[in-house]
Amino acid sequence: MNEVDRSKRVVVTSPRARATGAAQRGVLDLDEQTTVGEVYLRSLMRTQLGLALTVCLTALILVAGLPLMFDLWPAAGRARVFGLGLPWLVLGVLAYPALVIGGWAYVRAAERNERRFAALVERR
Amino acid sequence: MSQGYGIAAISIVVALTAIIGAFGLRISRTTSDFYVASRTVSPLWNASAIGGEYLSAASFLGVAGLILAYGADLLWLPVGFTGGYLIMLVLVAAPLRRSGAYTLPDFTELRLNSTRLRALASVLVVGICWLYLMPQFQGAGLTLRTVTGAPLWAGELIVAIVVVTTVAAGGMRSITFVQAFQYWLKVTAILLPAAFLFLSWHADDSPSLTRDSLPRFAVATTVTAPEDLQIRVTQPVVPRVTGVVDGLRYVGGVAPLAPGPHTVAEGTRLDFPAGAPVPVEENLPAATDEAWAQPLSGGREHSLYTTYSLIIATMLGTMGLPHILVRFYTNPDGGAARRTTLAVLALLGVFYLGPTLFGALGRIYAPDLLLTGRVDSVVLELPSRMVGGTGGDLLSALVTAGAFAAFLSTAAGLTMSAAAVLSQDVFRSRDVRTFQLAAVPATLIPFLFALIAGGIAVGDAVSLAFAVAASTFCPLLVLGVWWRRLSTVGAAAGMVVGGASAGAAVLATIIGGPYQGWTGALLAQPAAITVPAAFLVMIGVSLLTPRHVPSNIHRIMVRLHVPEGLGQEAGDFSR
Repeated sequence: MNEVDRSKRVVVTSPRARATGAAQRGVLDLDEQTTVGEVYLRSLMRTQLGLALTVCLTALILVAGLPLMFDLWPAAGRARVFGLGLPWLVLGVLAYPALVIGGWAYVRAAERNERRFAALVERR
Repeated sequence: MSQGYGIAAISIVVALTAIIGAFGLRISRTTSDFYVASRTVSPLWNASAIGGEYLSAASFLGVAGLILAYGADLLWLPVGFTGGYLIMLVLVAAPLRRSGAYTLPDFTELRLNSTRLRALASVLVVGICWLYLMPQFQGAGLTLRTVTGAPLWAGELIVAIVVVTTVAAGGMRSITFVQAFQYWLKVTAILLPAAFLFLSWHADDSPSLTRDSLPRFAVATTVTAPEDLQIRVTQPVVPRVTGVVDGLRYVGGVAPLAPGPHTVAEGTRLDFPAGAPVPVEENLPAATDEAWAQPLSGGREHSLYTTYSLIIATMLGTMGLPHILVRFYTNPDGGAARRTTLAVLALLGVFYLGPTLFGALGRIYAPDLLLTGRVDSVVLELPSRMVGGTGGDLLSALVTAGAFAAFLSTAAGLTMSAAAVLSQDVFRSRDVRTFQLAAVPATLIPFLFALIAGGIAVGDAVSLAFAVAASTFCPLLVLGVWWRRLSTVGAAAGMVVGGASAGAAVLATIIGGPYQGWTGALLAQPAAITVPAAFLVMIGVSLLTPRHVPSNIHRIMVRLHVPEGLGQEAGDFSR
């Protein structure tokens, strides 16, 4: 980057950045609030927010739905599975792997969204 | 429990913490090292460190104690403690790391371009840290008292000194190593004894946990009242008494206790025969084992509301805890921040299997804790009761070590955060020396609180910290990351409304409570009201003050959401 003409503006990159010239154009769009950059950013944010809310909603239905189920249908609270009370099995044991699986699925999907976004920006 | 093993366990944990802290001292040199360990920590190390920092006195001792007392309703507590990381992962983890800010006040200023808002965030951070530090000190005092009979202040003093020394000596680099070590110690210290307890329960022909009767003493049990007790008897019971019950003095005579309230003077010895129903301390519910094992069946008043409020406070409060958030800055990039959070979910899930088992088995093997009200010590008491001999002593020593690790690591993380904010925003310096000095007031003030406010239950102060965090930083972070129209005025209004209402509610509970009926439920678990209120105020006021939206909002959103490596400026945020 030492050869850059000092009269021109350059993008200050982090050491990790491997941006090529083409990618830098896309990035300039993002930073400079051009219409295209704005559209890119909004689409990325919308995708990621949609994904985040899907995971939150699923967790909400599972975690917040259980008290309601046990309240409206007390028989579920007395049911026994493998010698364990259903609430103890679900909340004491199964809830944790379920949370991890949810998190794992989210991380995969979020990274895929970001790869698509990167491909879109760099193609220009 | 044998005193020698317990003291040895505590000494070893304290010594190891100090040694690892000193090891970190040789690596950390610059200011940046101190604050964020140069962001060179791998996801698994980072996740272990977050787990180590997060699993506090409340998780290690409190969860099992509350499950012992309240049963299935409280199973949502550890689920919420863990689920908070899922919410954090999906809503804020990567953007927070990408913001490049060191602390919550840094993020607030970066996102909203306002130094006054930064000051408000700083006050809240220090407040939440102090609220959360206080129960850590209390837990340490309680543990040392259980093990050695030492006065409460002794354990509090030990933790305070070790924490100030470690934080001042090594900063976050050493803390990262210390915390990671503490997590693995804590997991071993809860799961290994839990496995032995499970086998012991199995060898005992797996006595049922769901009998349709009040908890009963499994064997003839002697209880000595550690202080003056108010107890409630539901089924008549006839213990032999040496001491004073209901104002009458007994010397080894039988004292028939009719259903109703009774008083037991400090130091009184009560000998219960095997199979006798257990009288219960007046603030704890006297439920049959069957009702205890079922959710929402009358352990507490308004249990459905209370359960929802608990879920909201724990799941949304986690992201607002200052000492946890600071850990995200030790990830190299946003993707690593996500993978770290995912690993935290797994590590916490493994840990919380332990306290649940302790709480459930405590119902059979340590029901006298319901009588003395000291349910918080069930984790410390159970191993020596269920596993006899040297094995039991060693397991007891292990849980004691784990408990001390819990206080040390959480207190160290909180002290770090408070000291960072104090040195930057109060003493106005980024110098390492200032940071080291700031660790002293960061520890001293909550230590004094713990000495003065000896009577406040560990769980109450922790739930206050979570409710305040959920009502202030959660809306700020979620709206700050995802909503462009958040204005400075709106953010300030939401944080003030949320913080003041949540703070007032639980302070009222601590000072004047517990209250009865709806008042009691609302004040003890305010999050279901205060969190939505904070969100609504923040959104409403922001919409009314569009001129106070930061002008560089586009650039901020690019930094928060665009992955690293796409060329945008991803340098450190500096003032």
